[in-house]
Amino acid sequence: MPSLKDLRNRISSVKATRKITKAMQMVAAAKLRRAQEAAMAARPYAEHMDSILANLNSRLGSREGASPLLVGTGKDDTHLLIVMTAERGLAGAFNTNIARQARQKVKDLQAQGKTVKILCVGRKGADVLRREFRSQIVDVIDLRAVRKIGYGEAQSISKRVLSMFENGEFDVATMFFSNFKNIITQEPTALQLIPARLPEQAAEQDDGVKADYEFEPEEEEILSDLLPRNIATQIYRALLENGAGFYASQMTAMDNATRNAGDMIDNLTLRYNRTRQAQITKELIEIISGAEAL
Amino acid sequence: MAKTFKFSLVSPEKVLVSADVEEVIVPGSEGDFTVLPLHAPFISTLRPGILRIPGLDGDQSEVYIRGGLAEVNGESLTVLAEKAVALPDFKSGILSDEIKALEEDQATAIGEDAKIKTAERLQQLRTLGDNLSLSV
Repeated sequence: MPSLKDLRNRISSVKATRKITKAMQMVAAAKLRRAQEAAMAARPYAEHMDSILANLNSRLGSREGASPLLVGTGKDDTHLLIVMTAERGLAGAFNTNIARQARQKVKDLQAQGKTVKILCVGRKGADVLRREFRSQIVDVIDLRAVRKIGYGEAQSISKRVLSMFENGEFDVATMFFSNFKNIITQEPTALQLIPARLPEQAAEQDDGVKADYEFEPEEEEILSDLLPRNIATQIYRALLENGAGFYASQMTAMDNATRNAGDMIDNLTLRYNRTRQAQITKELIEIISGAEAL
Repeated sequence: MAKTFKFSLVSPEKVLVSADVEEVIVPGSEGDFTVLPLHAPFISTLRPGILRIPGLDGDQSEVYIRGGLAEVNGESLTVLAEKAVALPDFKSGILSDEIKALEEDQATAIGEDAKIKTAERLQQLRTLGDNLSLSV
């Protein structure tokens, strides 16, 4: 049976925790808005890129001698998994979900006898994956020092990936991130970067208008210029989706924590009052029975 | 005949300019070209250079852009640029940063094609600097 003082201490400590989680929830909500805006602002560029790529792709088809970024190296022995997670925790199952999907993929690939390399973006995913796949992790890109994720970060990651590809260090690259569907749902997603999966249907819909473009320089050249840029764009998109998803997830987690703390405080207060009354009653009985004995 | 067309300048981070304009001069990789209303459908890559929009005033009328492409269809021109900076900002230091970054790229470039490409870009940037009579 805890004493009154113990109960008082526990109540005040839970109250302090509730204040922190409440504050974190509000900070996450504010940051979520900004992250969502950033994700929205990045959309026009990505959409245009997609439509032009789709257009070029449908014109060129899969020809001989096309860029290896598009058709692959002809093998799929070595896989690079780019696992993107957040830098911080306290966001419910956000990081775990991404890491779990990546881990599943690693297991599948290893079962097929493929070589797997892992490039972690974000510390949290690295922490989880390091336990099991320490030797497979090529590098960890830490974005903790970056306050606002810009296109520059995406570019440096893509440069890294492309130079590995040019050195023949892998054949297929897949990126793991969390797709921000809405505030409640974030979906861990795997997206194949190299060889690129280009949308084709979009181009077919309005073929009539798009067919008569003139190109300068030649289509092939534009395509080979665009493919590396597209990788940076995809990575940037994933980073932003992750950012928005992380804050949404953190907001939900902190909201739950705040509510739990509130419930706990109610319970503890009830117990505290009961104990206090029991004690008063006990003292009264002692006094009365003492008086009666005289 | 339409006197203006829709022009938008889009960077990965946001839409920088979206306006109805009469004329835009774009630094294409094979040479500058001017887009007027009802230009034929056209897609071109860009070289690092100055994009001019005579119709807009102030800071927006001249923008340095790098890396990307321009798409013209009947009614609109969309310029996708990896980097876009207003000219006054560009003159104060960004050019030299850009050249430095490219020089690093050149040092680490792998393969003939990439080397030729970066050398070409570097040349273009230096010419641009000369034309703007900046000391770099």
